[in-house]
Amino acid sequence: MNNYDEQIIRNLEIIAVKIRKNIIKMLFKAASGHPGGSLSAVEGLVSLYFLHMNHNPKKPDDENRDRFILSKGHAAPALYATLAESGYFSYDELNNLRNMNCMLQGHPACLCTPGIEASTGSLGHGLSFANGVALAAKLDNKDYKTYVMLGDGETNEGQIWEAAAAASHYKLDNLTAFIDRNFLQIDGNTEKIMRLESIRDRWNSFGWKVIEIDGHDIKKILEALDEADGNSNSPTIIILNTIKGKGVSFMENNVDFHGVPPNEMEYNLAIEELDTLQKKLEAMN
Amino acid sequence: MNKKTMVNPRNAYGQKLVELGKKYANLVVLDADLSKSTKTILFAKEYPERFFEMGIAEANMISTAAGLASCGKIAFASTFAVFATGRVYDQIRMDVAYSKSNVKIFATHGGISVGKDGASHQMIEDIALMRVLPNMTVIAPSDAPQTGKIVELMVENNGPMYARIGRANAPVIYKEKNLINLKLGKGLIVEEGNDVTIIACGTMVDPALDAKKILKNNGIDTRVVDMHTIKPIDKELIIKCAKETGAIVTAEEHSIIGGLGSAVAETLMDNNISTKFYRMGIKDRFCESGDPKDLLEKYGLNQKHMVKNIINLVKKN
Repeated sequence: MNNYDEQIIRNLEIIAVKIRKNIIKMLFKAASGHPGGSLSAVEGLVSLYFLHMNHNPKKPDDENRDRFILSKGHAAPALYATLAESGYFSYDELNNLRNMNCMLQGHPACLCTPGIEASTGSLGHGLSFANGVALAAKLDNKDYKTYVMLGDGETNEGQIWEAAAAASHYKLDNLTAFIDRNFLQIDGNTEKIMRLESIRDRWNSFGWKVIEIDGHDIKKILEALDEADGNSNSPTIIILNTIKGKGVSFMENNVDFHGVPPNEMEYNLAIEELDTLQKKLEAMN
Repeated sequence: MNKKTMVNPRNAYGQKLVELGKKYANLVVLDADLSKSTKTILFAKEYPERFFEMGIAEANMISTAAGLASCGKIAFASTFAVFATGRVYDQIRMDVAYSKSNVKIFATHGGISVGKDGASHQMIEDIALMRVLPNMTVIAPSDAPQTGKIVELMVENNGPMYARIGRANAPVIYKEKNLINLKLGKGLIVEEGNDVTIIACGTMVDPALDAKKILKNNGIDTRVVDMHTIKPIDKELIIKCAKETGAIVTAEEHSIIGGLGSAVAETLMDNNISTKFYRMGIKDRFCESGDPKDLLEKYGLNQKHMVKNIINLVKKN
């Protein structure tokens, strides 16, 4: 297992703050979009794109690349900010989220944006798609890995469980899923809307290796990803225990920010908070 | 009438997959627990590593096929027409059509001639559902040799496609050598005629040929067009037939709403073509269990009904 020193982790934490700032900026500019579930997904994305995954922003179609599929497509701003930060396209594009004649659609669209593997936004499809990608890797004897991020509310969808069964049946040990466990969906608490617990037992019973960690702890996420890669004969799911709206105090655990962008005052407050955090982290370096 | 040679298009599909599987190492096939019926089992036996049994989980099958296609596979997904379209419309919309995936949805058991299983299994809305999707090619082959050729074309041409055949054995209409130049989107004039054109697809092409013979005795010279590709529709051919014969009847084992008849009507209106016109199809209703032949008679889809409808139309002023 890799050893991740403090310096590496802190740099990734700084990237996470930058990505959060871009999420807030793009949602404010677009005056539309989903802050809560974008902010909760950041550390998972940062761990994949800035350390764990084998990918090349200059060659987004490289056939040996690791693949990431954002099944919870409404967190597109988090993925877009991550892709821009990685160099898939210019930061300028972020200013045009959800605008006509621009590449960043409201939800990921594979034909519009470099680095987007699958068109998502209708929930429940991404794990099945990822299964197809992982099956293709096995068929072609390729070593690339497939990663997919599910929302916790998204697992209400029946298709997720069709896919969960199939991934286990086909022993897709080259597939790792994140579940962004922030306990909130549009109408409220996930356990009140449609109970999900015990998530661990559910996925276990479908034949998956289950790892549960703090979903904002980058070191733990990286270690979990290494553990998942080392697993054989079954797919792995990493339950990321997260906070919806993470990083912006008044958005945290606030379901009102599921699909409502910040107004100007909220935008200024959020950026101020994130700037302070960034300076603090940078001062530690 | 001479005895017809009957061959099941489903077998043609399965056999062609096996044949193409040899040539195309990237051809993969998925099925949802109906491989014995759809005949993908033939491919499964020959290329087990490239066949994916998905169980009774069609949504997962379609999205998985799209994932495979995103890695360069030509992915055929098969099940009954009712499960291959309506049940998975959203998966097809997002993962196949919107993403221009190289996924080929090949459905069997389309139409009411499925017979005794009843309305639950008689898919009469699939052509409409698939036709409305941007980027989707929609095909209904009319006999076994044409089915084989169309499977070839589906493999050779990139992009989302839907094809549907029936359940039953079908009379052989074509010789393979006459299908060499078949192209998607280009209809076939199977028989020439000057007084009226029947534009049919799938299982309705053969009865149209029978109707032509009967109509000849009534002094009506009928042209028969096999419109195997419903989208993109062959506009030139439709316009030509309207102009040359002055009357058009469409026939399909599908609802009269949204299928071949609608596509032909839209083409005529969009091009300011005024012609005598009649649509044959299921008249906006669900059907029932029964013997296929009896069902086609009851719901107005056989050569007898074609003859009657054409005589009425041609006589009309």
